[in-house]
Amino acid sequence: MEEKRIVLYINQFFGQIGGEEMAHIEPQSHDKPIGPGVGLSNLLPKNCKIVGTIICGDSYFNENLEEASATVGQMIKDFNPDLVIAGPAFNAGRYGMACGTVGKIAHDMGVPAVSGMYIENPGVESYRQYLYIVETTNSAAGMRTALPAIAKIAGKIVNGEPMGTPAEEGYISKGIRKNVFVEKRGSERAVDMLLKKLAGEEFETEYPIPVFDRVEPATAIPDLSKVTVALVTSGGIVPKGNPDRIEASSASRFGKYSIEGLDGLTSEGFQTAHGGYDPVYANDIPNRVVPVDALRALEKEGKIGKLFPYFYTTVGNGTSVANAAKFATEIAHELVNEGVQAVILTST
Amino acid sequence: MVKEIERAGIAVVHICTVTPISLTVGANRIVPAVAIPHPLGNPKLSAKEEFGLRRKLVEKALNALSTPVSEQTVFED
Repeated sequence: MEEKRIVLYINQFFGQIGGEEMAHIEPQSHDKPIGPGVGLSNLLPKNCKIVGTIICGDSYFNENLEEASATVGQMIKDFNPDLVIAGPAFNAGRYGMACGTVGKIAHDMGVPAVSGMYIENPGVESYRQYLYIVETTNSAAGMRTALPAIAKIAGKIVNGEPMGTPAEEGYISKGIRKNVFVEKRGSERAVDMLLKKLAGEEFETEYPIPVFDRVEPATAIPDLSKVTVALVTSGGIVPKGNPDRIEASSASRFGKYSIEGLDGLTSEGFQTAHGGYDPVYANDIPNRVVPVDALRALEKEGKIGKLFPYFYTTVGNGTSVANAAKFATEIAHELVNEGVQAVILTST
Repeated sequence: MVKEIERAGIAVVHICTVTPISLTVGANRIVPAVAIPHPLGNPKLSAKEEFGLRRKLVEKALNALSTPVSEQTVFED
């Protein structure tokens, strides 16, 4: 069989360069499999070869989307690949966005791409139409099951084998509708489905209704000098020592902490509990994540009516959408009761 | 989180660096930040300059709150 060339895209962590302190590194290209590429090499069909690995820091990629895309795009082109594999990224948000972007870059070049992500990764919603995304667990502990699934789909694509449905193959729906011939006509299938539904039995829809959960923009506030503004963050700023032990990732709770009488957040009093970014800058000056100093100044000048005397905080690192929604619902409930009309929410 | 706060009827502005994620999660008023580990700061600046930068970003966020929008809006410079 003809040899097929595969390029792998991974982040600084899986590229064995470093953790968050190395998340700023620019793209680099290597002409061999690295990290998950080593395991993938053994799982891919014999005629597939990982000819190169491109590594980029998660923060660099997301903060410099255009430059990173251009550089990584050129690096991919230089390898002249038949397919690109990105990740898997599991539930890492920045990594998922980077892998999704790489998938789109490859797609735009006419090169197919495969990745692996947890269903809640923001990269899924943004990029699933451009590449095959294998559904993974929410942490890298699922690497052992993710790699064979990715290798299987990659092998099918490069060798031109027919691709099954998302449910059959284990990838996330790309939103493509395909015409197929089936035994029973539509009316029969619909009645069968309805009967199963009436009997309370399991049935599988042929076309899931897309869920669009959007909230209408709130009415603008004409005069902020009359309202109370509250600060909320997913950047994990907490009082020094993290008294409520908010988790560094997959947070199960949020905190509410007083800023009454404070002109700003100092490194003596506050720190970050977030495990998903380099904490040096936030620990040094926590105002860089929760801008109490700037809002206090604006309050004194009368630009805003009042700064709410507490800020709310959680760690938005691999935290489930369900938990984040629950925290915010509770926070919003309190804020409404307190008469707060405006919120500045900061994320890292 | 932004969406649930807005659902409760509170005007909310999201300051964040990775604006595509903010768009995905359904924020309606979005102000791009400086960098992921320091969204409202820049360690390369002097303390005074950095405070000025932060204040400007916060003012931009307040401006976003007082601007009527009918769809998801990223408040670029």
